[in-house]
Amino acid sequence: MLEFIKQPWPWYIAGPLVGLTVPALLLLGNKSFGISSSLRHACAACFPANIPFFKYNWKKEIWNLIFVLGIFIGGIIAMQWLWDPNPIQINPNLEQELAGYGITDYNHLVPLDLLTWSNLFTLRGFIIMVLGGFLVGFGTRYAGGCTSGHAIMGISNLQWPSLVATIFFMIGGLIMANFILPFVLAL
Amino acid sequence: MQNKDIRKEDAICVNESQIEQKWYHNIRYLIVGILFGIVFVKAEVISWFRIQEMFRFQSFHMYGIIGSAIAVGMLSIFLIKKFNIKTIDGEPIVLSPKSFNKGQIYGGLLFGFGWALTGACPGPLFAQVGTGATVILITILSAIAGTWVFGFFRDKLPR
Repeated sequence: MLEFIKQPWPWYIAGPLVGLTVPALLLLGNKSFGISSSLRHACAACFPANIPFFKYNWKKEIWNLIFVLGIFIGGIIAMQWLWDPNPIQINPNLEQELAGYGITDYNHLVPLDLLTWSNLFTLRGFIIMVLGGFLVGFGTRYAGGCTSGHAIMGISNLQWPSLVATIFFMIGGLIMANFILPFVLAL
Repeated sequence: MQNKDIRKEDAICVNESQIEQKWYHNIRYLIVGILFGIVFVKAEVISWFRIQEMFRFQSFHMYGIIGSAIAVGMLSIFLIKKFNIKTIDGEPIVLSPKSFNKGQIYGGLLFGFGWALTGACPGPLFAQVGTGATVILITILSAIAGTWVFGFFRDKLPR
């Protein structure tokens, strides 16, 4: 049984489970699903700096910080007890492309040739981890939500602005992955 | 000046509950988060490689996950509305409508750039750290900084 669980889960198992988070949070306490808000609560709690956008009662939103703490712990549990020792399988075309940039290690879900402390102060590591993170934080809040808030919660609630946001997430990602990232990886 | 509704600006994820509860009630969200994190890791949603495949149309995997998650979420909300289902504490469930502004376009594009670079949206970042990729803490700090800078310039940005 455990061996079965340790294999990578197919989309038709994982997707519905992710979707069930929407009713779970609503039924457990009237909370709309979303994750990027946790970044805003971190600002509101730690350095609000009199900025109106961060002047709200963040203590009412502690549940959201506890929720992301849970995601972190889920990562630890999956790593410790449910880890699949086999290298991750990816599309051969991508594998070939990445090999050209020296990315050949498939033993972790993040590329160990790229996302490590030793790469943090290389130009490409800095752009991917630090600039990338900044864009995630700035962009999600500017858009008013991330994949969970807009694409899953917003579209599930038939909010067309969320569909617009999701389409632009995808357009931005397509442009970056296909036209800009190759130059970054070649640095 | 405290704006009463500022919390709902630029946000989907809001807490509509009016009930004041003790801190330990938050354990329920911890459990949901843990289960959610495990699904993220086991389905490789947190993998940089899977995100690259998705944006190159080289795999159906991520589209299947997001699509089926939306289908289940949509059906759930439909049922909650249709049968007026209440929370386990007996509160009526409230869902706020979302208004359009250009931030969803500009911010959406910027987040898309970040998503393809880091290979992760905000949720997976936390799970990645859990799996031992501790350097991603820097990415999370940078994302918090990005959120702060947005808050600082919010009134000057086109929307």
